[in-house]
Amino acid sequence: MADEAGSGPLLEVTGVSKTFGGVAAVSGVTLSVGRGESVGLVGPNGAGKTTLFNCVGGQLRPEQGRVELEGTDLLDLPTYKRARLGIGRTYQRIEVFPDMTVWDHLLVAVRARWCTGRIWKDLSRRSAPSAEEKDRVDSVLELVGIERQAGTTVSTLGLGSCRLVELARALVCEPVLLMADEPSSGLDIHETHELANVLTKLQRERGMAMLLVEHDLGMVGEVVDRTVVMNLGVVIADGTFDEVMADPAVREAYLGVKA
Amino acid sequence: MEHFLGFAIPGVPYGCTYAIVAVGLVLTYQATGVFNFAYGAQAYISGYAFTKLVQTAHLPVGVAFVLSVVVLAPLIGLAFDRLLFSKIPNSNTTAKLVTGISLFVGIPSLLAVLFGSNNTYSPPSIIFNPDTVYFRVVGTPVNGIYLTTILTTVVILVALVVLMRFSSLGLQMRGAVESRRLIELDGVNAGRVVAIAWMISGFMAGLAGVLLAPIYGQLQFDDYAALMVAAFAAAAWAVLRSMPIAALVGVAMGVLATTLQGYLPVSSVWSSAVLTSLPFIVLVAALLIVPGLRTLDSTKDPLSSVDPPTPPTAAAIRAPQIEKVTRVGWYILLAAFVISMLTWLPTTWENVFNAGLVYSTVFLSITLITGMGGQLSLAQATLAGVGAFTAAQLANHFGLNLLLGGLVGAVAAALVATVLAFASVRLRGLGLALLTIAAALFFDNTVFPQLTATNGTSLQVKPQWVGLGISNPNGHAFFVLAMVVLVACIVVVRLIHRGTTGRFLGAMRGSETAASGMGINLRWQHIVIFALSGAVAGVGGTMLSIQQQQVNPQLFVYLLSLVYVVVVVPTGANTVEGAVQAGFGYVIISQLLTYVPSRFGGNSLEVVFFAFGALTYARHPEGILEYQKRKSTLRFQNLLFKDSAVDPGSPGGSTRGAVAPRGRPPGGGGADTPATAGAGDHG
Repeated sequence: MADEAGSGPLLEVTGVSKTFGGVAAVSGVTLSVGRGESVGLVGPNGAGKTTLFNCVGGQLRPEQGRVELEGTDLLDLPTYKRARLGIGRTYQRIEVFPDMTVWDHLLVAVRARWCTGRIWKDLSRRSAPSAEEKDRVDSVLELVGIERQAGTTVSTLGLGSCRLVELARALVCEPVLLMADEPSSGLDIHETHELANVLTKLQRERGMAMLLVEHDLGMVGEVVDRTVVMNLGVVIADGTFDEVMADPAVREAYLGVKA
Repeated sequence: MEHFLGFAIPGVPYGCTYAIVAVGLVLTYQATGVFNFAYGAQAYISGYAFTKLVQTAHLPVGVAFVLSVVVLAPLIGLAFDRLLFSKIPNSNTTAKLVTGISLFVGIPSLLAVLFGSNNTYSPPSIIFNPDTVYFRVVGTPVNGIYLTTILTTVVILVALVVLMRFSSLGLQMRGAVESRRLIELDGVNAGRVVAIAWMISGFMAGLAGVLLAPIYGQLQFDDYAALMVAAFAAAAWAVLRSMPIAALVGVAMGVLATTLQGYLPVSSVWSSAVLTSLPFIVLVAALLIVPGLRTLDSTKDPLSSVDPPTPPTAAAIRAPQIEKVTRVGWYILLAAFVISMLTWLPTTWENVFNAGLVYSTVFLSITLITGMGGQLSLAQATLAGVGAFTAAQLANHFGLNLLLGGLVGAVAAALVATVLAFASVRLRGLGLALLTIAAALFFDNTVFPQLTATNGTSLQVKPQWVGLGISNPNGHAFFVLAMVVLVACIVVVRLIHRGTTGRFLGAMRGSETAASGMGINLRWQHIVIFALSGAVAGVGGTMLSIQQQQVNPQLFVYLLSLVYVVVVVPTGANTVEGAVQAGFGYVIISQLLTYVPSRFGGNSLEVVFFAFGALTYARHPEGILEYQKRKSTLRFQNLLFKDSAVDPGSPGGSTRGAVAPRGRPPGGGGADTPATAGAGDHG
């Protein structure tokens, strides 16, 4: 199912820089994600991974550089238009809608992604979920394994479940690129393993590309095709998981001493 | 130059009182995280007490000052903190605003209820003699009032800057704003720090109140309300952060006002429009220009995750059997109401209930903007006024039927609301509240007076404007009309609430980051809900004008927008029922209060009643009435089905596992699965 139509990478980030009050959080970062490719973005805390995510997703505007998705320049687009192009994401600090049920989270996401919720439909009583929407939502809930919580209000769920709700909400939009920011934090070993399986399956079956920020290097090794390592705002290594883990610069960044 | 100074110097004492209040607002915000809407009311209490102690109890000025400013004012600040604001989490901007607004509206009314509403003239000055000219600056006399105000302002400013910048107490105060709970983990007694901050800010409010009174020569709350708006503007330019900037802008505004007054020709439109509008022009400019104001409410308490989840509504926890009975009960009540209105009810009560229907329509606009949009608009009475004035002017000049004109009025109100929405597209919470109150003042001062008959007298609504045999607005025909309009508005609001728009707005209330990150156009939704709310308010405004048989600015004055908020909040701003209960509650209680002897306050008592009801918002944001409904529903269900209900007082008020929430999606598995992990650990 992978889309082979276009040529060149799906996401192309070129020379992106972002500073906060003089501190360079990301400086001159260049990376690309191919169609259907799964890329791990790792690095110690403060490396600039989430800032880079926010620059791609539209939550932050970089001072320099280019960000393109399938050749479309993203920097002039507001966040919601980027989402409608097929960028799905989850957040490092949970961002859920506390008063809504899990099921409604996914329905809202579907309607927002394909712009099917119009106000005249509300006023003419045509806004009940369609059979197609129900199928789509139910299948993703089942895939992520939270179908039993479908009717639960999210404010009563724990951290781990909220992470899965966020992931399901991103997946139900059938993103061409999923950007997951530490999806395994708050999950136990078993749940993390399950999550890794889901992500791998989606990548294989749907050809979904993925950019994964993760501290659980075991999971990264399990899921990704390629790993990019950042430290202090710059990319210090790019290659297969085993290659970068053997790289002395990476070991130094993590351990703080020359390997 | 001499000419200029002659105009400018008398502005300095006004500017100083703006400065003291603005600095007090900044201090309260910096030290407690609360934008204290009630500050003007606090100042009024001290000014009132001081004047009464001197003039009625004949105490020496010094003793009266100590009692009213040094003792009473900090105690009021302390009481506000201990009884109200300390119970509101810092991140809940709406609760803090509603509490402040309730006090702002309630306190002057309470004073009127307790001590009568006679105006007090020539309030005394605290240090120098008001009648003595101490010296002249370039020919301009400087009297005791000027001197007292300027001297006190300088002393207070210096003392505060030193406190906040250079003392450890100042540092702790700033920490407490971020998160009281977090600095407590560092071993700081946050409660004590915040309480001290409230006492200091209370003292400043009292001082401003006592200083202000002699300048105006008369003690009336309107001056204190106007002072607040000027202080809002000064504080906004300081981004609620810098006391010196707040003080400078405050003084500059005072000087600018008297200078303009001097140069602009007396009795020209410019003189009346610009001068009265100056504070809100400055305020709007700040809101549109100063970028820092957009992110005022964006900080989150790092420990907010320990807060319990919002409890479900009474309707959501009702067991299906009870739900059926309740629904049938409501239909019977509705039928009985309609039949009674058309047959036996005396005219007085028919009139009251007709007004209830009209106010319910106006209040539905608050359900849209506050309940669904999650934003506090303080211009709903103004939007209603836009609808009413448009319809009345069209009828008056073009002979258009008032009901058709009402639809045009609804469109006009929606357009005004849309302009507000565009202006406030980046503002949320506090910024939005300030922008809407500025807009309300603009319409009050500049637009509405131009639209009345002549010289500000009311425009009478003539029966032939309305047609349909509605010659007597208290009659049956008006009842049918009001009922039809209300039901139509309710249907629209419910359809929006249950549809995609309602869900999108729910998502935005939960997390704007995630909502835009999945494709929701936040600006569009913001504009849509404003426009809808404006349209409903506009319809309600036209109905109100028919019911009152006149249109005048007093029907839609900005203070009423604040009163509307405090009326709707206790009954529940989130639900359609809440708006209807508020509409009826408002008119029924005011009718009942007419039976109370007028020495107990009359109208003021009504405002006090609702304002103190609204003070419960912090504990019960769903509305105290809704809370009681949920409690009694649960108690009743406990009695009826012993095994399936739980105690509403349990932490979090959660009822999951007991009675499954309604609204479960089709095909969406068991709703009553308990959460898999601790409910409190998500951020």
